[in-house]
Amino acid sequence: MRLLGMIHKESLQILRDPSSISIAFVLPVVLLFLFGYGVSLDAKLIPVGIVIEQPDTATQSLAGAFERSEFFQPYHFDSIQTAQQMLNERHIDGILWMRSNFSSNLLAGEEAPIGVIINGVDSNQANITQGYIQGTWLAWLSRYAESRGHSLPMPVSLEQRVWFNAALSSRLFLVPGLIAIIMTMIGSLLTALVVAREWERGTMEALMVTPLRIGELLAGKLIPYFALGMTGMLFSVALAVWQFEVPLRGSLWLLMVSSALFMLVALAIGMLISIVAKNQFVAGQLAIIVTFLPAFILSGFLFDINSMPEWVQLITHLVPARYFVAILQTLFLAGDVWPVVLSNMGALLIMLLFFFTLVWRKSHKHLE
Amino acid sequence: MTCFRYILALAIKEFLALLRDKRSRMVIIGPPIAQLLIFGFAATYDLNNVPVVIFDEDRGVAARELVSRIDGSPNFQVVTTISHDSEIAPLIDNKEALLVLHIGQNFSADLMQGRTAPLQAILDGRNSNTAMIAMNYLRTILLDYNRSWLESQGRSGPLVTLQTRTWYNENLQSRWFIIPGIVGLLTLVVTLLVTALSVAREREAGTFDQLLVTPLRPTEILIGKAIPGIVIGLLQATLIIVLMVLFFNIPLRGSIGALYLGIVLFLLSAVGIGLMISAIAATQQQAVLGAFLFLVPSVILSGFATPIANMPQLVQWLTYLNPLRYFLVVVRGVTLEGDGYALLMNQYWPMAIIGVASLAFAGWLFRNRMY
Repeated sequence: MRLLGMIHKESLQILRDPSSISIAFVLPVVLLFLFGYGVSLDAKLIPVGIVIEQPDTATQSLAGAFERSEFFQPYHFDSIQTAQQMLNERHIDGILWMRSNFSSNLLAGEEAPIGVIINGVDSNQANITQGYIQGTWLAWLSRYAESRGHSLPMPVSLEQRVWFNAALSSRLFLVPGLIAIIMTMIGSLLTALVVAREWERGTMEALMVTPLRIGELLAGKLIPYFALGMTGMLFSVALAVWQFEVPLRGSLWLLMVSSALFMLVALAIGMLISIVAKNQFVAGQLAIIVTFLPAFILSGFLFDINSMPEWVQLITHLVPARYFVAILQTLFLAGDVWPVVLSNMGALLIMLLFFFTLVWRKSHKHLE
Repeated sequence: MTCFRYILALAIKEFLALLRDKRSRMVIIGPPIAQLLIFGFAATYDLNNVPVVIFDEDRGVAARELVSRIDGSPNFQVVTTISHDSEIAPLIDNKEALLVLHIGQNFSADLMQGRTAPLQAILDGRNSNTAMIAMNYLRTILLDYNRSWLESQGRSGPLVTLQTRTWYNENLQSRWFIIPGIVGLLTLVVTLLVTALSVAREREAGTFDQLLVTPLRPTEILIGKAIPGIVIGLLQATLIIVLMVLFFNIPLRGSIGALYLGIVLFLLSAVGIGLMISAIAATQQQAVLGAFLFLVPSVILSGFATPIANMPQLVQWLTYLNPLRYFLVVVRGVTLEGDGYALLMNQYWPMAIIGVASLAFAGWLFRNRMY
């Protein structure tokens, strides 16, 4: 009965503050739409400059290959200096340069190099651009060889099969990972702020002198936010599946169980932050720095964990989102792969016990 | 003259409110540095030691030569070899291998007879970007392998070749791209939170009404509230830039003046937006959440991790409202591309407009939102 009263009070507090509701519903929608439609690592229509110093059939057919490609937006320049100037001013991302001796070398049977210059500032995009240029070049080589009656010598050819995401669409892995970030925000940031406010205003002490036991106090605080977080999660899953057409190949109940587990860990961390911080400025900063940014950068959501230095990999083991992102990407794209799901859930369970014990002990101390 | 004294007094009071608390001091200085160090090392798209499994049914010399080339690359690491089809699925499913290379029975025979020998690559596509990068590495190794195979057979490869050079980030290290971005990211986070909470804190405590009835004019309150954010942002940005250059060895090729002009304009817009959020919010909680609602989309739509050019047109227009978008071009332009004032002009004026407009709006809100 006392517990119900506490839950009721907390729920009212959530419902009355537009900012809590917007974190739980507006932010997920904004984020999912931004990531679903706005963000893509798949380069499209890369602007490249083509410089042909001595036009003839060979250079024309090569330029034509780039013009027909769905990956490039070619611009023609008369001199390499103009093209370099354009690269410098960020109008184009790359240059293909066929020097004046290109065709004569080709006819004479000598090597005819195409000069390629790529703006490398965004190294990932530069790699992708380089890959597309190579692909277009190889396709042209084999067509060119065919048109002259022989085939391109190609000792080993690569046949690629990509499992789980055959079209390599980045949306399919960004959207599931995003659910971990959304739940981190609801669980840790929102909870940390709310409880820190109670400390700041002194209402936490007021609650402590009521007949509520510490367990009831914690449960009363956590249950409404747990419900809010799970609703936000279900809402995000529905959007992911129906709006963004991300396949859910694993089972829904397993997704629910692992999400509930992660939500509890996030809530416990939020509680702990508020107890340590005791004021909203510190709680807000800590929540962003300890939970949100690591969930973004150290969870494998965007950056590959295996490629990080050893000591950073050790740190990622302390980030709960790391385990949840692995579960999400597996459940959505691969299916119920038990070894992956169980080992990551086990890690989350250990974190849950650890953080709850800490919260429990810290709360007790303040009662004395 | 009195007006300066008022503003100064208010700015000092703001600094005290912020720095009086030991924990507040800590969160302004400590975490951003820790983050720069951790994220600076963590945030990279470059792959090393991608776990590879070899399924070699050929076992010829040519196949072994190819495998040793792959194992020798710093990007790949052969973790195990398998001898049966059915072993592939569990290895990929359980994330023990990102890439399985299947070399068919006739691989060496095909090569010897001058036929094209297929090499099958099976990839875990759960993280499509990682899969694509691994694929690109593999292609480069194969191109090399093909050329040297043809040479060893006394035949020449294709006459038309690619001679690729990359500018500005010659070795294509993604760290060079990400770390200058972190300068913008961390500066924005701290500045925005410092300013977003400044008015909301007083509203919640009820002291903002007292401030409004002092001889200070709203513009003076605005300036007094803006100064701490700008000063803290400037110090923080400087600290991060020093660490970036000395610790991560990112080059600083352009003009430092051009960089600082960018920082000041960026801080102006960040402070303006922070004060706007603060003026709208009734409580500190709303201010922090409001700052967050701005922060997250603005990081995503800034080109920090994913290129703006890949976004749909509508979203690209939205990014023009985002000061971080312009600032990232400035930081990367000055550090990597060696830009000066002239090349960055198109980044300066939008930040200036956003800054002035948001500050003006925040000032208007100070006067007209009283409850």
